[in-house]
Amino acid sequence: MNLQLSHFSSAVLFGLFASVVFGITQRSTSREQIRYGLYCFAMFVGGVFVAGWAMWLLRR
Amino acid sequence: MANPSTSKEVAATQPVTAMSVIAPAIGWLIPGAGHLIQKRWIRGLLLMASIVIMFVIGLAMQGRVYRPNGGDILDILGFVGDVGAGGLYIVTRAMDLGQGAVAHATADYGTKYIIVAGLLNFISAADAYHIAIGKKP
Repeated sequence: MNLQLSHFSSAVLFGLFASVVFGITQRSTSREQIRYGLYCFAMFVGGVFVAGWAMWLLRR
Repeated sequence: MANPSTSKEVAATQPVTAMSVIAPAIGWLIPGAGHLIQKRWIRGLLLMASIVIMFVIGLAMQGRVYRPNGGDILDILGFVGDVGAGGLYIVTRAMDLGQGAVAHATADYGTKYIIVAGLLNFISAADAYHIAIGKKP
């Protein structure tokens, strides 16, 4: 089995799984868990875009 | 904000129950199982799915599984992270998987996926312990 994902999809999948675990383990109520999981996922994906643009600027 | 001295007093008065020992142990061995045996079905299944899928994707991306070593500090830390996956790590080592050379960028992602799956499982096991002692609903 040889799975080859792009950098973007690898980073987004990574953020998704990590966010699920962070949401469940770092908050107590279901509502807070969902909100925190979504917040973490948004931060992960936002971080990917920020890092992507930063690398693009550095490369120029 | 919690008063530290009060938290210590509460922790000191917590009785050591069988569940407070079994839940984190089984949660480490089988990701999510620490929550499942405490009837936190949805949480347990979500944790199990996230950690197992992350670990398997890491292997499928030709990620490297660290063996016990006394060499470079990053290799030692990589091993510590991998061991966090518990049963997944044991099965992987038994099947001699994850021994390919990291030859492309996504394989390096795979290595990180495997390490982080283990680290997330440590957090999950700690959460199972907190549920067992009643610190978390």
